[in-house]
Amino acid sequence: MLRTFQADLHIHSCLSPCGDEAMRPQAIVHQALAMGLDMIAICDHNSAENVTAFVSAGSERGLTVLPGMEITSKEEIHLLALFDRPEECLALQELVYQNLPGENVEEVFGSQTVVNERDEALGTNRKMLIGATLLPLERIISFVNSLRGVTIASHIDRQAFSIVGQLGFIPEGILLDGLEISRRTSKEEAKKRFHSYQRFSFVRFSDAHHLGDVGKDFTYFLLEKTTSEEVKLALHHREGRGVVE
Amino acid sequence: MTVFDIAKSFGLETRAGKDHLAEEVTGGYASDLLSDVIAHSRKGNLWITIQTHPNIVAVATMKELAGIILTGGREPDPGTLQKAEEEGIPILVSPLFTFELAGRLYQKGISGLSPC
Repeated sequence: MLRTFQADLHIHSCLSPCGDEAMRPQAIVHQALAMGLDMIAICDHNSAENVTAFVSAGSERGLTVLPGMEITSKEEIHLLALFDRPEECLALQELVYQNLPGENVEEVFGSQTVVNERDEALGTNRKMLIGATLLPLERIISFVNSLRGVTIASHIDRQAFSIVGQLGFIPEGILLDGLEISRRTSKEEAKKRFHSYQRFSFVRFSDAHHLGDVGKDFTYFLLEKTTSEEVKLALHHREGRGVVE
Repeated sequence: MTVFDIAKSFGLETRAGKDHLAEEVTGGYASDLLSDVIAHSRKGNLWITIQTHPNIVAVATMKELAGIILTGGREPDPGTLQKAEEEGIPILVSPLFTFELAGRLYQKGISGLSPC
């Protein structure tokens, strides 16, 4: 049976250099439930080292956590990838790590903390996660598709790191599943401004870097259950699934 | 100066659009944000960028730019080359970084247009 699920599928953890240190599994799961969310996704910059801890923390409390990542393409476009299983996300991480130059400078960009499901720090990731990979956007999209993941272009209404800002417009024939609109742009404005992209579903997520922002923006999906496979169907309005306006 | 003259004087190698180098260059624009190039470049400009995605050809076509120079030794994506040949947009490459190349072009009289 189909029902409506409230989802915030773009949340950063303390692994992202720009993510607050308090963005740990127990804390985020607690906050997500308090905000009435049915499903979240953890999408750190160019890394998935915290997703397994978040999935465990979520399942203990009955909250679906999708393993995800926000990848920076060679063109400096931010792209969300969402999966059902951590292994798929870690396969993407392997490709990303092979194509991610540089070391993090903690004093400049922030700390990158790897945690377990009890919110305890296990260590520090030393890669420059804030940097861009050497991977062309379309290559990342086809790789994620081969893992049956979902791809959503991040905050397309922003100038920085968005597909529209970096590339001027969305290339024809690109196999994206959806477009994320940030809270800076209202629904009505987005409809007008991105009229030519109506073939895509528009979604809104918090892009939270602090606990207080978790669930501030969300999207209602009509799904049978809370999986990335179902989200993909919904983004393409297939089999009765959909994005609820 | 034409695109051909500039390619010759600055040691740029032509990767696409060899038959379209005769256009007179009206000035230069340097940016890697394609949305910015759409907003601010002018017809006949030579555009300096490090973006190599096929969309650069679409932007150059739309804005009727004289050509694209990729800097820092970057090479166009295969899809970009193909599209540039189809559209007749010259793509040139330089081992120099953007700042250096733009400075040298400016010294030789290729200027950016003032905003107003």
